[in-house]
Amino acid sequence: MVPLHVDLSLPRRSFDLELQLEVGSETVALVGPSGAGKTSLLRAVAGLVRPERGSISCGPEVWFDSAQRVDRRPEERSVGYVFQEYALFPHLSVLQNVTFGGGRADGLLRRLRLEHLAGARPGELSGGERQRVAIARALAREPHVLLLDEPMAALDPHTRGTVRAELHDLLRELALPALLVTHDFEDAAALADRVGVLGEGRLRQLGSAVDLLGSPADPFVARLAGANVLSGVAAPAPNGLTAVLLDDGPTVYAADAGSGRTEVVVYPWDVSLARSAPDDSALNHIREEIVSLTPLGNRARVRLRTLTAEITTTSAERLQLRPGETVVASFKATQVRLLPGG
Amino acid sequence: MRKVFAAFLAASTAIALGFLVLPVAAIFVRVPPGDLLGALGHHVTRDALLVSLKTSAIAHACVLLVGTPAAYVLARRRFPGRGVVLTLVELPLVLPPAVAGIALFAAFGRAGLLGDQLDALGIQIPFTQAAVVLAVAFVESPFYVRGAIAAFEAVDQTLLDAARTLGARPARVFARVALPLAAGGLGAASALALARGLGEFGATIIFAGSLQGVTQTLPLAVYAQFEQDFDTALAISALFIVVGAMLLVALKLYPWFRFTSIFRSRVVPST
Repeated sequence: MVPLHVDLSLPRRSFDLELQLEVGSETVALVGPSGAGKTSLLRAVAGLVRPERGSISCGPEVWFDSAQRVDRRPEERSVGYVFQEYALFPHLSVLQNVTFGGGRADGLLRRLRLEHLAGARPGELSGGERQRVAIARALAREPHVLLLDEPMAALDPHTRGTVRAELHDLLRELALPALLVTHDFEDAAALADRVGVLGEGRLRQLGSAVDLLGSPADPFVARLAGANVLSGVAAPAPNGLTAVLLDDGPTVYAADAGSGRTEVVVYPWDVSLARSAPDDSALNHIREEIVSLTPLGNRARVRLRTLTAEITTTSAERLQLRPGETVVASFKATQVRLLPGG
Repeated sequence: MRKVFAAFLAASTAIALGFLVLPVAAIFVRVPPGDLLGALGHHVTRDALLVSLKTSAIAHACVLLVGTPAAYVLARRRFPGRGVVLTLVELPLVLPPAVAGIALFAAFGRAGLLGDQLDALGIQIPFTQAAVVLAVAFVESPFYVRGAIAAFEAVDQTLLDAARTLGARPARVFARVALPLAAGGLGAASALALARGLGEFGATIIFAGSLQGVTQTLPLAVYAQFEQDFDTALAISALFIVVGAMLLVALKLYPWFRFTSIFRSRVVPST
């Protein structure tokens, strides 16, 4: 497999997206808020939009090079593009969709469990089936690069988990350079070998999901990865700990070192909730009012005034949490990351 | 107060309906259906019918053939002056047909803009069947092109992009994706343009005259027969009403056909 090389500048409304990226036989997911230029980036790789400058190549094949004035047409680039909302041809059957670009369909239809739907129109399919048709269509021409734009966004929450696991297995099996963009860090972490965070036109951090969660480069990355990010001032505390006096009042202890203006990073799944301050090993207890409760499958996301906690629905029911009530949020000093504040 | 307003609404609706339906109904009341069919056999009617069918078919084919790709370009490409071009395309819509006839004269007549060139080629257009075709095409094409632009604009650009990433060259994108997806709107625009072309009167009578068997189309025959043989005029008018009604019904039924076709091709139900 030949690697995809991207080095480009794409003008956006309020900034230019500057990106250098090398994708080998792996899945790289780029995560960013809407408007970060994620779709434009994929369109640039596919040749549907022209970057201001830079180069895009696939192994020895140069697809775009502003210096050499190379700009291959989309139909001359070997990409498989899975569009957001899938963009299936509504007037063609599943089989006709998959074979639109040529190539054989039977193996793909079998692999993606679409054989029984070969004659169906896209309008008759479920979200998950449509996604599989879009992937089969993108793969039918045996592309050198696979591009996926928010492949999970059009799915119901209850089919998401299974579909994600299937897509993960398929991407491993293909071992193609695959570039995936999403606004959802969880999807990125579940599907990709490496995750990149896009913010204000730059690639903030690129690494495994574990790296990004464990040592986020900046508060932006931490927030995108789903963390609570609280601002405060750090000072040394006894026993090698750091105490951070939060701008909101309470003090948080961290095992990380830090001083001066500091951002405190705590993941919601590291925060536990109780009715009263528990007698456990956690050093940090913050008493706060519940703002809202959102069920997420077997978990519940509990938004407090400044913190967000993720607990099991079992715990949420046992504690009988209601918005407006006050609870104690606890987390260990070892679960707190400190980042220099701005 | 509410009752007064309700009565006002009911009266307005009744007057509007009566005003629109009465003249149409009168045509069928004036002459029994049997006589209408008889009048259609009249030589003036037959000649006019043949001229109308022939000129409309040629004009309509030209409009579809040239208008469809032109509408695709105007719908898809963004270029400076696009707004001006779109306005120019629609200009004939708001012109009185008689002005269109004069305009055609000014362009293709003997003393017209292209008169010398056409003369040198030995081509004379005014008062020939070619003039009827030009008049019909000129008057109906904005109806088609306008509708076709809207139909192509309604096609999701992402689908065209998807086709290109699947290796389709522009001609294939047009034929396999844009054209079939715009088919509904193109059909509707085509039907409206055809109806407008069949009814063309003003531009034709000025630019092509009203020669029976040569340039006298059905609407011109209605006018010609109006003073000589009112029953024949009525018969032709009745024919127009029937054809027009059929066209409208077909347009109204079209979405229903489309809807049912979605369920046509299911081979095995998904379980």
